[in-house]
Amino acid sequence: MSTLSTLDRLEAESIHILREVAANFERPVLLYSIGKDSSVLLHLLLKAFRPAKPPMPMLHVDTTWKFREMIEFRDRRAHETGIKLIVHINPDGVRDGVGPFTHGASLHTEIMKTQALKQALDKYQFDAAIGGARRDEEKSRAKERVFSFRDAQHRWEPRRQRPELWNVYNARIHKGESVRAFPLSNWTELDVWRYIARENIPVVPLYFAAPRPVVERDGLIIMRDDERMVLAPGEKVRMETVRFRTLGCYPLTGAVRSHAANLDEIIAEMRDSRTTERQGRAIDHDPKSSMEAKKREGYF
Amino acid sequence: MTAAPTSDQLRFITCGSVDDGKSTLLGRLLYDAGLLRDDEKASLGDPPDFSRLLDGLALEREQGITIDVAFRYFSTARRDFIVADCPGHAQYTRNMATGASTASLALVLVDARKGVLTQTRRHSYICALLGIRRVVLAVNKMDLIDFDAGIFARIETEYRELAAKLGIESVTAIPLSALEGDNLALRSKRTPWYRGPTLLEFLEQVPALADADDAPMRLPVQWVNRPDLDFRGYAGNLVSGRVAVGDEVIALPSARRTKVARVLDGDGDVKNAVAGQAITLTLADEIDIARGDVIAGTHDAPEVADQFAAHILWMDEAPLLPGRLYFFQLGPASAVARVTAIRHGIDVDTQESTAATRLEMNEVGYVHLSLDHAIAFEPYAKNRALGGFVLIDRQSLATSACGTLDFALRRAANIHWQALSVDRAARAASMQQHARCMWFTGLSGSGKSTIANQVEQRLHALGRHTYLLDGDNVRHGLNRDLGFTDEDRVENIRRVAEVARLMVDAGLIVLVSFISPFRDERRMARDLFGADEFAEVFVDTPLAVCEARDPKGLYAKARAGELRNFTGVDSPYEIPLDPELHLRTEKESVDALARHVVEFLKHG
Repeated sequence: MSTLSTLDRLEAESIHILREVAANFERPVLLYSIGKDSSVLLHLLLKAFRPAKPPMPMLHVDTTWKFREMIEFRDRRAHETGIKLIVHINPDGVRDGVGPFTHGASLHTEIMKTQALKQALDKYQFDAAIGGARRDEEKSRAKERVFSFRDAQHRWEPRRQRPELWNVYNARIHKGESVRAFPLSNWTELDVWRYIARENIPVVPLYFAAPRPVVERDGLIIMRDDERMVLAPGEKVRMETVRFRTLGCYPLTGAVRSHAANLDEIIAEMRDSRTTERQGRAIDHDPKSSMEAKKREGYF
Repeated sequence: MTAAPTSDQLRFITCGSVDDGKSTLLGRLLYDAGLLRDDEKASLGDPPDFSRLLDGLALEREQGITIDVAFRYFSTARRDFIVADCPGHAQYTRNMATGASTASLALVLVDARKGVLTQTRRHSYICALLGIRRVVLAVNKMDLIDFDAGIFARIETEYRELAAKLGIESVTAIPLSALEGDNLALRSKRTPWYRGPTLLEFLEQVPALADADDAPMRLPVQWVNRPDLDFRGYAGNLVSGRVAVGDEVIALPSARRTKVARVLDGDGDVKNAVAGQAITLTLADEIDIARGDVIAGTHDAPEVADQFAAHILWMDEAPLLPGRLYFFQLGPASAVARVTAIRHGIDVDTQESTAATRLEMNEVGYVHLSLDHAIAFEPYAKNRALGGFVLIDRQSLATSACGTLDFALRRAANIHWQALSVDRAARAASMQQHARCMWFTGLSGSGKSTIANQVEQRLHALGRHTYLLDGDNVRHGLNRDLGFTDEDRVENIRRVAEVARLMVDAGLIVLVSFISPFRDERRMARDLFGADEFAEVFVDTPLAVCEARDPKGLYAKARAGELRNFTGVDSPYEIPLDPELHLRTEKESVDALARHVVEFLKHG
């Protein structure tokens, strides 16, 4: 009888994938988005190559609208781990003053996330980008391979995915093409939290409930993280005890009312949860199949 | 801190014909088991359409079919599940294989009104091929046959016969209605004659794929970890057995023996490790081990071989042609492979052997496979990790096939190249020339042979030793048995390339003049030679010009339909992307072009 738990198996599978990427590509990069999944990914990356330092840098695509606590956490983790951190901001978006309040969620995400990511991948000539996406996040993600092939324009073609058998990954690409690799494909949100608890992995404090200044807008509870969020007539900032299930741009990320202030309480809350985690993401509620459409354009 | 509970994980797939209701069954199961979240329930609509939970691509929802495998995760109090919902259409069999490769159990759906269909047989065959030995036969839509026990029994009997033929060891048949929820999570009152478990009860209790802890130790090396001069570690996932500090091990294919010095997991040194873990080993002696090698226990070590009997499932739109070269990937081990023979095809619907000269998409064949170097392996039935491989097209880089190694045709240890004391360099030196192969490719009538003839005359005048291999001459002798199908063209080129190689070995300058329309085959020829021993000469003449010249009257015949598979007319010519010499016959005379080739041979 086996002694390995589900988490042991998931950990081993992810480390295997990370080593396959390192062994097969010339310029791999870890896409670091600062959230809980990225925290787990970073932890696994360190494990996969210990006692050596991981043979790849991290890339953060900064939309300039992330929570301030996220940026502080990012810089601290880069310093602590000693892994080279590359931060890319879309200069065109900065020049044009693109933001979610002025340009809307879709355009902002397209320019500051999708375009910015493609710019960074082209600029540094990365041939493999490792992301923390999980298949249980969303329906079109559930269809994606662990090694997800992208053409020279970074596009995903869901009808022409390469068959992927066992843990044998086809890493062969032509010049200009690339692969997005997803070591956490088979993890669930609950697995991620259990693993964070088991391994004592640092995460951004925004995941834990605390009194925060929030505004209710379009059915989402938005934390007013800086003065750029202009209040509409009748809107009021209130202090409420909330936490975040996912982290992104603060104007697009809804908080949940919660008193879960530590990992045990988060895990307990998760077991009883009646909604999925992406419910709080404004961008997913845009047009139909928006995740699939974005992915086809090169979004993670 | 919460300790993670030790829970096991069951990976299974759902498969069956189109419209048998696979997606509906899974959606309903999760719904009835209380495992859906509120926003997921809302997305199903009212009344709920359970299939919407899984068909995640816009196109799938538009067409109402499943195209690609969808992975879904759920947990009950007893167990964690990963389920791969597989497409039913024959054209997406490759996606079904993707799901089946990591599963230990298959849920095969049949429509109670239709019984066992061609698709049922096909999917069950693919499951068996990929090593699934346990099946749940879900007889769905029982509500539409008034829960008739007799019909259920007939379907079960028919399927058990099929399963026995395929080597599926365990079949559990359950009467269901996915739409109405009978015997999924809740026992149905409408099947009083059924005494077995509900689907959910069964899934929670069936043994998961056991780890091969007790099998011999095998570590396929993924990554050589060298942070500094003092540490040289071999990293990979232990696919079977256990390993401890001090164990005697053997590295394959080199067969060097040593002892394990240190065992590390992701955090640092440990005393031992078990199958399934990601580890790093250091060894007592410095021996050369690379990615793709296998570190194994000295007792009952894996075989090393370069020729195999194997089953393959072809998954590419371009057919498998024997003789053509493909990349081969087995775990971290890669090689260049050639299918030397298709022993027979297998009709997956009837499991009967068929005669086959090629394999089309979704066809299965039993083949002989030859690799360019030996690897450590085990039969797939014994060890999936050391016996399951994929083939990759060398042009498109698509994953073209998956396969399972059955046994070695001969052990590589028994092959010894005849050691030759006079080598090609020595022979060429005695002739005072640089031996090499000039490969002229181009359309029929492009002027290949005319230019090659001129080149040979000029070389002869310079005292060089040459030979001209011409398509037509060779086809009258050596390749008399070959026609013009794609398979025969591949074999034609293979033979010519091998003959040219022997001649270069003998010290000659060999001029090969062949249409050789496919890049893959020209590359196969190139790969037989050293880097400076082969040059591709593209004789570039537009099709219209060739056709106007038509020196042999072949284009006229082809256009009239009297000649089939004629390059440029009804068979493609793939132009060279990076030839050493590009001769444009419209721009320069035959004399001038021949001079370029001779200059290249003098200085290139």
